[in-house]
Order: sequence, then C-alpha cells, then structure tokens
Amino acid sequence: MSSARNMIALKSILHKEVHRFMRIWVQTLVPPAITISLYFVIFGELIGSRIGQMGGFDYMSFIVPGLIMMSVITNSYSNVASSFFSAKWQRNVEEMLVAPVPNWVIVAGYVGGGMSRGILVGCIVTLISLLFTDIQIHNVWVIIVTVALTSATFALGGLINAIFAGSFDDISIIPTFILTPLTYLGGVFYSITLLPDFWQGVSHANPIVYMVNAFRYGFLGISDVSLTVAFSVLGAFIVTLYVIAMTLITKGIGLRS
Amino acid sequence: MQNALVISGLKKVYKGGFQALKGIDLTVKEGDFFALLGPNGAGKSTTIGVITSLVNKTAGKVSVFGHDIDHELEDAKSYLGLVPQEFNFNQFEPLLKILVNQAGYYGVERSIAHQRAEKYLKQLDLWDKRNDAGRMLSGGMKRRLMIARALMHEPKILILDEPTAGVDIELRRSMWEFLRELNNQGVTIILTTHYLEEAEMLCRNIAIIDSGVIVENTDMKSLLAKLDVETIVLDLKPCSSEPVIEGFCYRVIDDHTVEVDVKKSQRINDVFIQLTDQNIDVLSMRNKSNRLEELFVSLVGSGADLTNDQNEDEG
Repeated sequence: MSSARNMIALKSILHKEVHRFMRIWVQTLVPPAITISLYFVIFGELIGSRIGQMGGFDYMSFIVPGLIMMSVITNSYSNVASSFFSAKWQRNVEEMLVAPVPNWVIVAGYVGGGMSRGILVGCIVTLISLLFTDIQIHNVWVIIVTVALTSATFALGGLINAIFAGSFDDISIIPTFILTPLTYLGGVFYSITLLPDFWQGVSHANPIVYMVNAFRYGFLGISDVSLTVAFSVLGAFIVTLYVIAMTLITKGIGLRS
Repeated sequence: MQNALVISGLKKVYKGGFQALKGIDLTVKEGDFFALLGPNGAGKSTTIGVITSLVNKTAGKVSVFGHDIDHELEDAKSYLGLVPQEFNFNQFEPLLKILVNQAGYYGVERSIAHQRAEKYLKQLDLWDKRNDAGRMLSGGMKRRLMIARALMHEPKILILDEPTAGVDIELRRSMWEFLRELNNQGVTIILTTHYLEEAEMLCRNIAIIDSGVIVENTDMKSLLAKLDVETIVLDLKPCSSEPVIEGFCYRVIDDHTVEVDVKKSQRINDVFIQLTDQNIDVLSMRNKSNRLEELFVSLVGSGADLTNDQNEDEG
C-alpha cells in the first residue's frame, strides 16, 4: 500500500518537474541550444580548424562530448536549484511536506526532474553537433551510465544549493563562481595531458575532469583518467550528496521552523 | 467516538528563544467541528504547523487517529488536509494541475484525481478557471482553491487556518455552508479564526489559546453560558429628558442612544418598563458586540483587539 502510494507520489513530482521545464521551454531548452551552437561555431569551426588534432581526433570531434556534458551538468543543476528554491519561495513545497511523501521520494522526484532536463538538453546539443561534425560512438553503455550518474550528481548539488538558498541570488552564486570555472577547467576544451605536471595534479582534484573524460571515452575511446576511477568518483559524489540532501530535508533545514 | 486528534504537553521554542507554545493539551473527537481561537501571535498557527509537520516541536506528543507523529508520521499525515493561512500553491500552475499533483502526493491515481478535481472545483465554483494559473485568481478564489486542494485525498480531518480572512461576507457564508456540509458528511473540522461570529456559528467545541497556553477548552454552549453580562444598545426616539434606568449599569451615548449592561439575573423587560414610564420610545435594539467576543476579551485580556483585526482584514 505504502510502496504503491510512494510510486504515485514519485510520478507526481516527476510529472510536475518535467511539465515545469517543458512549459517554460524558451527559458530552459532554447538558451543551451543557442549557447552550444555558438561554441561549435567559434571553438569548433573558426578556432578549432586552426588547432588541428587533439588526442588523435580533429578538434571539433574532441570537444563535442565535453560540450554535451557541460550542458548536462549546468541544466541538471540549475533545474533543481531553481525549481526547488521557487517551491520554497512560493511555499508550495509545503504541499509535499504536509503529505505522506517520504523524504527519499522528494529527493528522487526532484533529482529525476533535473536528470530529465539535463539529458533532454544533452540530446538536443547532440543533435545540433551533428550539423557540424560526425559523431562516433565507442561504447554506448559508458555514455549512458556517465550521463546518468553525472546528471544525478549535479541535480543533487542543485537541490542542496536550493535548500540552503535564502534568495534567488544564492542559487546563481554556485553556478557562476564554482560550477562554470570547474567546467571550463574540466577538460572540455583540452586534454589535461597538455598541462604541466603540477596543473595536471590540480586538475585531478576537479570532479568534472572525470565526468568529461569518461563521457569522451564513450564516444572516442580516449580518456585522460581511468574509467574505474571516474565511476568511483561519480559514485562517491552521489552517495555523499544524497546523504547530505536527505539529512537536510529530514531535519527540515530551510524548510521547517 | 474515537479521538481524531490528541495533543499533550506540546511545547515549541523558536530559534532566538521565543516560546510559542508552553505545554498545551487538546483533544478533538472524530466528527467534531472545533474552533481554536486566539489573538494574533497566540500560537494557533504554530499548533497547526506542528500537527501538520511544518513546524518541528520542542516537546510533547501529537497523535492523529492514534498515529503518533513521532513514529507514524506518514500514517498521521494521510488523515490530514490543511488549508493554510497564506497562499502556498504554485502561482504559475493551472488549477487542475495543482489539484491533481496534490492528490498524487497522497497516492491518489491520476484518473481518480481528475474526477475529484472536477467535483471540488465545481462545488467551489472554480471549474471555469480550471486552466488558469493560480496567480490569475482573486483572493476569495485562491482561498477556495486551497480548500479544494486540501480535500483531494478526502481527509478525515480538515484543518483550516483563518480560511475566511479577507473574504467578503457573501463568500464567507457560502464557505460556511460548504464546511457545514463536509462536517455533516463526517469530516472532522478544526478551524482557527479571529471572526468570532464564525466560530459561534459553526463550531460545537472550542479552545482559546493565549500566549501559548490554552486558557479555555469547552463546548460552545457552556462557554457562552459563562457570559454574565450582555450590553444592549437602544435607539431611542429623541426626547427632551435624559433616560434614567434604575438597577442597571447604563451609559447615555447621545440624545437618542443608550447602552445598558444586562446581567443574566436581570430582565430586559424591566428596562423597557422604566423607559415607557418616562414616555421614552425605543425604536430598535441590538447587541453591542458579538457575545463570544466579549467573553474572549475577558479571557485573554486587553491584548486581544479583535475588532481592529477584523477591520484590517476587511480593509
């Protein structure tokens, strides 16, 4: 009885979340498509043609997986951050808090919504990239698992950000000052093997390096890091962030008086 | 009759040290229409917040149909429907989606949720607005939407926190009728309000809370029976002589108005007899204020200025 009830509650939250970002598709789906198209034109076509090869592939092919992953990361994160904070701000989060919805269902529902948008935007960006270059697939399962784990990780991050946020400014600080720099320094546009040893070491502390490289391995079969380490890092992040999110919601931080 | 809600020793201390609840005890029977009254800041909303798990309690026990919220929170929640004081629905969602999603959180299948949404939106005169976003509704419509939302899982207890605040008189009366009908169908209703007329009209039992303490908890009839004095306002035909009413405490307001305090042991007839003997005609009479209001003010002291509250809300 309660597991059936939980499944309906989970579907309701997912439905609400997907409906939300589809309803405002001009704000949620179009901007990443335009941004990534510009990346393809500027870095791929104009500058990339002068760079030559990277990791044994032409520059456009090299950056496509990273750009797809960048879209997945930013959209998974911002979807949950803005949706959950908006629910807090309008107080409609109370609709779930007064209902017999277990906390794990709330977390799963919002994370599922963030993953849905991240993956949908990833698919849109992939289709756009086909206008600029051919895409080869080395291992489809690595692609699927990496994109699923990465979107879950950043959706959880967005949820935690929204739980702590006290204003709309607070949900843009982390993406602007932490997420964007980490993404740009995460090997989207270059192989970290090009860096001096010291900066290579520093790059290994950047979790996005593992995500981008695992994803690139799925397409091109090349990676600056081992897949085992990459999936271990992803797994560790998901478990840690999930425990933090559950603890915060259970204690009612930012949600209950 | 089973206990729908039992609260014992409930305390709440907010961050910063403000003690909103100082150990309250309350029992509401199944099928009751119960009023929780108190001036602003008395602890009504905090009590409701704890019952519905929106506020973490500091100490005490709350059980809903025998389910302790500390150990069987989800079971307890499934019995409760909440109409909060503040609008707390997604202002950008259409009404139908708000209701169907809310039902989903309680495990109601979508097909059934759509049927119930239609039923309650029609009953509450919102069906024409079903595809409008919440923000497009008037204040009264928003209140009705929150009632419809609270009923989507057909709760056994409906808790309404100031449901008719700011609602015009006609709509308020239609909402009363709707709530009476729900109560007749067996739904236990707990109402906080500062419209004392509302509590007197609807509720069978009442608790008065002040500064986090229950100062009265009884049935409405017994409470009103405690009222010792009623003030009657008499409109007189203007005359040259000032009225004199022996044996009564009275105040001459102007040449055609007098207020008379009538104790339970006294007869209003004696006032009329004395005025008739003085050739003073009484054109009309009315109670100076709501009877319950007088009692309420006497129970919670001068801090409870309910008249001002009402005027602010209606303004």
